[in-house]
Amino acid sequence: MLLEVKHLTTEFHLKKGVVNAVDDVSFSVDKGEILAIVGESGSGKSVTSLSIMGLISPPGRIAKGEILFKGNDLTRLPLHELQKIRGDQISMIFQEPMTSLNPVQRIRDQIMESIMTHMKLTKEEALRRTVEMLDLVGIPSPEARANDYPHQMSGGMRQRVMIAMALSCRPELLIADEPTTALDVTIQAQILELLYSLREKLNMAVLLITHDLGVVAEAADRVVVMYCGKILEEADVKTLFTSPMHPYTVGLLESIPRLDDERERLSMIRGMVPNPLHMPPGCAFSDRCDRCMEKCRKHMPALVPVNGSKVRCFLYSEEVEEDRHE
Amino acid sequence: MNEPLVQIKNLKKYFTVRTDFFGRPTSVLKAVDDVSFEIRRGEAFGLVGESGCGKTTIGKMLVNLYRPTSGTILFDGRDLTAMDEEERRKCCRDIQLIFQDPYASLNPRMTIGDIIAEPIRINHLLPSSEVEGRVNYLLGCVGLANHLRNRYPHEFSGGQRQRVGIARALAVQPKLIVCDEPVSALDVSIQAQVLNLLHDLKDEFGLTYLFIAHGLNVVKHISDRVGVMYLGKLMEIASKRELYEKPLNPYTQALLSAIPVTDVTRKKERIILKGDVPSPIDPGEGCRFASRCFKVFEGCDRICPPLRDVGNGHLVACRLYDTLVGSADSDSVSQ
Repeated sequence: MLLEVKHLTTEFHLKKGVVNAVDDVSFSVDKGEILAIVGESGSGKSVTSLSIMGLISPPGRIAKGEILFKGNDLTRLPLHELQKIRGDQISMIFQEPMTSLNPVQRIRDQIMESIMTHMKLTKEEALRRTVEMLDLVGIPSPEARANDYPHQMSGGMRQRVMIAMALSCRPELLIADEPTTALDVTIQAQILELLYSLREKLNMAVLLITHDLGVVAEAADRVVVMYCGKILEEADVKTLFTSPMHPYTVGLLESIPRLDDERERLSMIRGMVPNPLHMPPGCAFSDRCDRCMEKCRKHMPALVPVNGSKVRCFLYSEEVEEDRHE
Repeated sequence: MNEPLVQIKNLKKYFTVRTDFFGRPTSVLKAVDDVSFEIRRGEAFGLVGESGCGKTTIGKMLVNLYRPTSGTILFDGRDLTAMDEEERRKCCRDIQLIFQDPYASLNPRMTIGDIIAEPIRINHLLPSSEVEGRVNYLLGCVGLANHLRNRYPHEFSGGQRQRVGIARALAVQPKLIVCDEPVSALDVSIQAQVLNLLHDLKDEFGLTYLFIAHGLNVVKHISDRVGVMYLGKLMEIASKRELYEKPLNPYTQALLSAIPVTDVTRKKERIILKGDVPSPIDPGEGCRFASRCFKVFEGCDRICPPLRDVGNGHLVACRLYDTLVGSADSDSVSQ
């Protein structure tokens, strides 16, 4: 296993109380695999990725759990050790290509910075590699564009630059946090195609964080569905989309406007995500679930393996999650 | 077929980017360039396109946030562009707008009740004793409980705020509502709720929608007819069924194929467009899409095809279909 996250709990201490943004989450990413984490806003998917990168700062903290990258626990590593891994073996692309590049630095210098930090290269070699990377992500006339400032580029181009920067040290794991959300559909298709082909070429693993199930279906091998900081379902992509188990996944899939159906009304999930400070005592989805039972409101079901997938719902197993910290 | 409520003819909106010493424009951004279409009474017209295509600019001209550079907008038979300010303002009551960002479009210092009551008070639609009842009624229409009226916007989630925005638009009993990407800032499960609500309200209040969105999948459920825009030009207009089953313009085809599908069993052939959307500043002579088109041929970069009917009310602006138009003679092509 390349990355193993075990019982990760990330909490935020706010004035009004403690919020468990990520609550006892475990999953693993294999070499060369694309694992998608899907969830709506507030589901904890981004906090999960930030926890892996060690980017959680107060009032947030990792309260429990281990993040094993090639056997090393990232949560216990001293900062200088972590910095060697970050940007080199694990790198990340962010949602907003507009705000994650430095506006007063040339593209060239920004990419060279990470290359020169992690690889012992001379300036000329680093520049050559920068141009190579820009070429790899499909930027036309890379030598010339390397001298551009971010504002001279379009959103799609900037996202390509971000990808080039993230890939410049040949990472084994790429964390892509909503890489296409800020882009137009035709550009989104380009970027997804690019990620997919780079995965083949460089044999890296990708942890894809997204709210768009369409993107997941196109790109991922395996999917983790998160809701209110908990994993509700985990399955390979085919199983999830052909036979989703958890009522939340089913509802989510049905509420997507699709091109090929003739329904006048969309099916929907009623209600809204509960306030993280006032979570229901049982299953977090119980208030919105059409198949909610008596015990759903009282107990949190455990995440149990069912037919090769994992699901957290009393419809499939009677098992109650123990060790609730409240 | 119903008669048109809005007729837009040769509508243009140019923004001057740079001027010379004498203040004459030397560089012009053609946000909306010679666009004509109509919206029929009681229909939902979907307007789709990527960022920078001018779809929002059209919406803003309809609600009088922008003055058109030239062209006419006939609303209910009256020309909005020829009215004086006084008259135009009265007309605004009939055309309301729902904004994209539910976080930025509600005044954080006003209660929900006041936000919804404000347009009623400004237009003196009801005696003040009846305003409260009306607000309660509107809150009910959009699925919010009455007791929420004294709360402030920050206490609400994105979906609820968008409901408040819808109630505010409904408050003055408009004929046309311009929905500018009303669901793109919302989560998937909430999107479906708001789309369904808009669908129900349309029937209940006999509304007409101009529904602006950047994705073709979102407008599909709500629209009766759909127009596709690219860089200030309309590329194709057709009934929903025609457009999704038989897209003619290569851009529409690419846009449809770019939407990620959740059906993993069926891998579809995808058209990946090369390059980015070019800048709308000083566009060239020819078809706007020519630089990225995968069916481009001799002459596309010089000749701008007009929007023409190819039968069944299906309008398309592409030279591939010159033969379909029948009497498409070369002089009608140059525009």
